[in-house]
Amino acid sequence: MIDVINLKKNYGKLEVLKDITTTINQGEKIAIIGPSGSGKSTFLRCLNCMEDPTGGAIIFEGVDIANINVDINIHRRHMGMVFQQFNLFNNKTVIDNIMLSPMHIESHDLRVKKLKNFFIKIRNTFTKNKKPIYEINTTRAKIKAEAKENAMRLLKRIGLEDKANVYPSTLSGGQKQRIAIVRALAMNPKVMLFDEPTSSLDPEMVGEVLDLIKQLVNEGMTMVIVTHEMGFAKEVATRVLFMDEGKILEEDVPEEIFTNPKNARTKEFLSKVL
Amino acid sequence: MGNFDKKLQKFWEMFYVNDGYTKVLTGLQNTLYIAIVGLAIGIIIGTVIAIVEVFPKYKRLPKILNSLCRFYVGMFRGTPVVVQLLVTYYVVLPLIGINMPALNVCVLVFGLNSGAYVSEIMRGGIMSVDAGQMEAGRALGLSYQVTMLKVVIPQAVKNILPTLGNELIALVKETSVVSFVGAADLYVAFNYIGTNSYEFMVPYLVMAFIYIMVVMIIALLIKTMERRLRKSDRRN
Repeated sequence: MIDVINLKKNYGKLEVLKDITTTINQGEKIAIIGPSGSGKSTFLRCLNCMEDPTGGAIIFEGVDIANINVDINIHRRHMGMVFQQFNLFNNKTVIDNIMLSPMHIESHDLRVKKLKNFFIKIRNTFTKNKKPIYEINTTRAKIKAEAKENAMRLLKRIGLEDKANVYPSTLSGGQKQRIAIVRALAMNPKVMLFDEPTSSLDPEMVGEVLDLIKQLVNEGMTMVIVTHEMGFAKEVATRVLFMDEGKILEEDVPEEIFTNPKNARTKEFLSKVL
Repeated sequence: MGNFDKKLQKFWEMFYVNDGYTKVLTGLQNTLYIAIVGLAIGIIIGTVIAIVEVFPKYKRLPKILNSLCRFYVGMFRGTPVVVQLLVTYYVVLPLIGINMPALNVCVLVFGLNSGAYVSEIMRGGIMSVDAGQMEAGRALGLSYQVTMLKVVIPQAVKNILPTLGNELIALVKETSVVSFVGAADLYVAFNYIGTNSYEFMVPYLVMAFIYIMVVMIIALLIKTMERRLRKSDRRN
């Protein structure tokens, strides 16, 4: 599904990622672990080009999205991303946070189609070979109603439907992160990228977020998680990548990595955190 | 101050009995018109410039636009507004052959002038919004421009509202130079009263008082607006 080929990322002279090559298949749950500054967050952010790679290619569904001439926005719609700092839109209510992107994208498509139809109609009145006009079977109101219904369904799923019309500043960290996750789900992504989703939460709120992620795991969502929760990585991951100094030093199934690490650096790291 | 009564009486005669107040009202109207429409133009220009300046510059077009914007800001911040008025009214517009009423020229110049200042205010406001907001929008597949307009700018405007209020107040006061090109503002009205009654003390005092009142009302309006916009910050 995602092929990462010779991925490199530099900040000025600092090499953060050095030649990373790996493949993420449909349905895999990948946990990325490693010490701070090992480039794991940068690697994740390169997967949907939040950071532009300096070199190499990222093939997502057959398209190299690292190429600057590719319209990245279209491909990002299929990759949900969840941040450490939640990043809910502060000026929008919870339900608007969830509705904003699906609604904007669909009504934008509608506007473009209407505009194209307008020009085709003008053209058709002057020429003989008529061009077919685009079929429009929706309206702005319908798009809005659908987006709202979908958002309410997602909020019900996480039990926060009573918070639909409040602003994010009134919510707890765990609630914010769960809303951030369903906001990403509202786009029906094919893969979810989690960037340390529980690192800035109070300990008692970590559970509720991990439970939601586990639900997604059980539904078969493909996901990549950067995490410091080793127990969680062990439980849900189908493959664990250990990164240090911008390289993947070891990748294997969690049982192997956690009980029988081969690389010396992995052993050292795991002995500290476990 | 023995003859203050007499001065007051003279002023009143000119102001009320001889219909000086109609001139004052027109002057006040023009002052507010120039300041408010000027600021509106300034906000539009300023927002566009600010977006150009914070836009990532990988490609050539944003780079060219950026240097154009910097030239513009440098020009309008580098010269006094009086000079801009005079140059526009007596040099630029005649050269390109446009005939415009003085009042509209003033609105135009004050708009362009405040655009340069608002662009810097707006840029500060945009940069004060957490970068995560933009990242979240982009990660959801929205384009840079859409995220900017729907998420970042509304938050930026909330942050810069007090400073924008400052700009409006400064504009109201700066309009007192429009008489250089023959537009009628508050100063022109009171100067007229003073000249015709041979007595300047009371008219200028009243003028100062009116400016203070206008500015206080604007400050009050901005406070109210700010409170409304802060709705999303409050716990409810």
